[in-house]
Amino acid sequence: MHDTVLIILACAAVTYLTRIGGHLVLSRFGEIHYRAKAALASVPTAVLTALVTPYVFTNGSPEALAILVAGLAALRASLMMSVAVGLLVLLALRALLI
Amino acid sequence: MSEINRSPDIRDGVKDAAPVLMAVAPFSAVFGAVAIEQGLSFHEMLLACLTIYAVASQYVMVELLGQNVPAWSVVLSVFAINFRHVLYSAAIGRSMARFSGPQRAAAFFLLVDPQYAASEARAARNGLRPAYYFSYAACVYITWIATSSLGGLFGSLIENVERYGVDFILPIYFTGLVVGFHKRPSFLPVLVISAGVALAAYFTLGTPWHITLGGLAGLLVAAALARPEGEGIPKGEKLNA
Repeated sequence: MHDTVLIILACAAVTYLTRIGGHLVLSRFGEIHYRAKAALASVPTAVLTALVTPYVFTNGSPEALAILVAGLAALRASLMMSVAVGLLVLLALRALLI
Repeated sequence: MSEINRSPDIRDGVKDAAPVLMAVAPFSAVFGAVAIEQGLSFHEMLLACLTIYAVASQYVMVELLGQNVPAWSVVLSVFAINFRHVLYSAAIGRSMARFSGPQRAAAFFLLVDPQYAASEARAARNGLRPAYYFSYAACVYITWIATSSLGGLFGSLIENVERYGVDFILPIYFTGLVVGFHKRPSFLPVLVISAGVALAAYFTLGTPWHITLGGLAGLLVAAALARPEGEGIPKGEKLNA
């Protein structure tokens, strides 16, 4: 089988594990430690921030500003609107700077 | 077991899902287009949507596949990003007393962020029954597959992606996701430390270590700053993706 197909299926398996795992574990052990709980709650923030940060510093100013504006917009607007606004800033600045 | 009229549950499930579909559709359509643009075949893209069903992690998977990192780090990153589901699973599992074993197994496969949010609300108001859960899930899942297929078909027609900014949608989307978590405890310290460590790792060790190390550093900060009474996930958080 193709490598990519195997990776996709492995990703599907670990994703299902996360979706059923919390129930399976907690229904046996009850409460988890508050520090573990806080770490779990911070997983998306920590991982996604780590993923995005290099993009901010290794591209041009249109890219950095687009991320900044999208981030600020997301404090108020929906995710969809924030992405649209960030994308508009990116396209406008790229058009101006070329 | 008494006979239960399922039609109100089904109707409410569809009604509650309707606004979410409009939020899901653009992201799955763009995912289809981006996946093809990053070199996945249409069938691989569709397989990912059918079996993984978690858009944020699928974007990351596609991005990493394009960077030729080792397979284990792709799977580990997907696992890390989807780890939040452990909390949903633990929380909503307590409201699934009316679900049979196979129904539960299927329900957890479909436990995406809006599904979790809607199910918690339903459990608090009317009690959570399978008819509601699965009618809501069917709407989201079918829309997700249909729109990502459309994106995959028509996205490959788009040439010169820089002109439309498609090459930079991923980091912008992730930024929006991160900010959506800003009400969680220790959000700012986690953000700053993760960003700092990720940047240092990026320029010294290189990809994909910045994701692993930056992520781990953020988790340590969150654990160190945690207080016993602190809620893991605040009520009323905008749950997207």
